[in-house]
Amino acid sequence: MSEAVLRAVDVTRRLRGDVPVTLVDSATMEAAPGDFIAITGPSGSGKSSLLYLLGLLDRPDGGEVFLQGEPTSGLSDSQRAALRLARIGFVFQSYFLLPEFTAAENVAMPIRRLGRVTGDAAMARAAALLASLGLADQARRFPRQLSGGQSQRVAIARALANDPPLLLADEPTGNLDSRASALVFEIFERLAKEGRTVVVVTHDMDFARRAGRNVRIVDGRITD
Amino acid sequence: MFRLAVDIAFRHLVAHPRQTIALLLGTVIGVSMFLTISALTRGSEGEFIRRLVDSAPHITISDEFRRPRVQPADLAHPAGAVEVRHVKPVTETRGIRGYAQVLDFVRRQPGVKATAVLVGQALITFAGKEFAVALNGITPKEFEAISIVGEDMKQGSLDALAANPNGIVIGAELAKTLSLHLGNAVNVVATNGQVRTFRIVGVFRTGQVNYDTSQTFVQIKRVQALMNRPSRANSIVVQLDDPMQARTIAERIEAQIGYKSLSWQEMSENLLATLATRNVASYTIISAVLLVAAFGIYNLLSTVVGEKQRDIAILKAMGFLGRDLELAFVLEGLLLGLAGVAFGIPLGMFFMYLLGDLKLTVPGMGDEPISIPLDWGLDQFLLAGGFALVASLAAAYLPARRAARVEPVAILRGAV
Ligand SMILES: Nc1ncnc2c1ncn2[C@@H]1O[C@H](COP(=O)(O)OP(=O)(O)OP(=O)(O)O)[C@@H](O)[C@H]1O
Ligand SMILES: [Mg+2]
Repeated sequence: MSEAVLRAVDVTRRLRGDVPVTLVDSATMEAAPGDFIAITGPSGSGKSSLLYLLGLLDRPDGGEVFLQGEPTSGLSDSQRAALRLARIGFVFQSYFLLPEFTAAENVAMPIRRLGRVTGDAAMARAAALLASLGLADQARRFPRQLSGGQSQRVAIARALANDPPLLLADEPTGNLDSRASALVFEIFERLAKEGRTVVVVTHDMDFARRAGRNVRIVDGRITD
Repeated sequence: MFRLAVDIAFRHLVAHPRQTIALLLGTVIGVSMFLTISALTRGSEGEFIRRLVDSAPHITISDEFRRPRVQPADLAHPAGAVEVRHVKPVTETRGIRGYAQVLDFVRRQPGVKATAVLVGQALITFAGKEFAVALNGITPKEFEAISIVGEDMKQGSLDALAANPNGIVIGAELAKTLSLHLGNAVNVVATNGQVRTFRIVGVFRTGQVNYDTSQTFVQIKRVQALMNRPSRANSIVVQLDDPMQARTIAERIEAQIGYKSLSWQEMSENLLATLATRNVASYTIISAVLLVAAFGIYNLLSTVVGEKQRDIAILKAMGFLGRDLELAFVLEGLLLGLAGVAFGIPLGMFFMYLLGDLKLTVPGMGDEPISIPLDWGLDQFLLAGGFALVASLAAAYLPARRAARVEPVAILRGAV
């Protein structure tokens, strides 16, 4: 139990509106270092909502999310932000690179925010990360000069910038062709092998099948 | 974090060069206008006050009392409604009693120069023409040290009065009107009919036509004799090292000696009030110019914050705090303001230089061209720069607050 990087216990998230919606209903799951988990489910089933809860972007209405054994519901917004910065990397379907900054500068952004190393060291680490993902030549390019597959790899490099134990991705291959998707899959697989915990929301059944473990969610409930 | 925030702000500005340049133009023009108009307002105010201060003594002590003397009947019935009829005022020799002692007292105040004057009305007649003037009886040496008339002599000098007891100094306008020249003799008729002949030993021109027409100067002893007021003066004029102290010093003197002591401020209260109103008007206009520039900044940053929702969301997801983003956007406004100051101050100085170089001829002021007074004081620059920075910071604050409050989940969910 204590080895779990991520543990969700009875996590529930509701929206109170005119028509109350339960986005996530008593979800319980656990992820250990080296786990490569695919979350699948029909559209609108609550996959993204669960990922936001696991990634401390959203707060559950009930239950608890433990990050490396620590309960997180009692933390302040800035404490949760600090945990995200140092221990969680995010990758989204539409990359979310900052258009005014080069690939390397985008990757360096979380390192500089954490502020443990100098700006030069941050840029050096960013360049090394990009090189490790086959993007050495793209480091000085701006996002608009990159293909979708390259952009997503830059986004992955950025997610890894502060060397987090946990990587969360929401439909990372949703905008990519099969070649680029395959490359992204290989990267995630390798990261899991290196001991990181990788949780990926996907509706790509092939991707899910090849992942180490599947979590299926229907109507906000984890079914297996 | 501060460097990172500066970097983010700077990149946003560089990434939108056209908007940035348009805004920069706005702030640059705003700052330069503010500086120019402020320097002009202050400069002309200073010039105006200098003229005002120079045009009359800083303090004039006259032989009047602010409150009429209490009637004996009033003293007898302090609580009653007393009506006294058929009062016949005592005919008395008017003037400041014992003016030498009063003068002594006044001169003991620090930073004060004073001299006594006996002014009376008289007619100057020359070649069959006559002209009503004020005949100022002065002590030439003392008066010269106090009045600007001594500096404005065209011919002769005030000092010549000391050497020549029958000398008179007149203004250039009067000389022109009566075709008088240095050395001419004129007859002066006092109000009691006494006549005396004086020789012109000096001609002055202050530039104020009225003054140069109506004022004449002779030795005080001559006026005392002409008006049958031996050893009297009816005013004491005071010049101060610091003219701004006039009001307080005048009050102090009046409290001590009782005679009405009028400071130049009190004498020109209306003008000073007008000046204050004019200043408010100027600063309202130039503030409006800068506020328009600030509104431009507000507009741009509001748009940027609106367009950058996704960037803000990912930064917050990554672990940036609301206040990091607030800082970045406030800095964006500050950078615009700083750039506006950096370019606006030199441009404003250029405008000021151009204005200062202009020479104007004003009708009624003589033919001498005057230049536009500008205040080049450091406080002008600080005021313009400070106002621009505060305005741009204020303009950036609201959009920055909005950036800080962006909910990443709401944006991430919606964006595909
Ligand atoms: N702000 C909201 N107001 C109302 N309903 C919402 C809101 N946000 C999400 N939902 C609903 O909550 C459910 C779960 O949404 P979520 O985005 O988690 O699904 P998902 O599994 O990620 O879907 P997809 O595969 O399309 O990305 C959906 O039915 C969605 O319509
Ligand atoms: Mg989703």
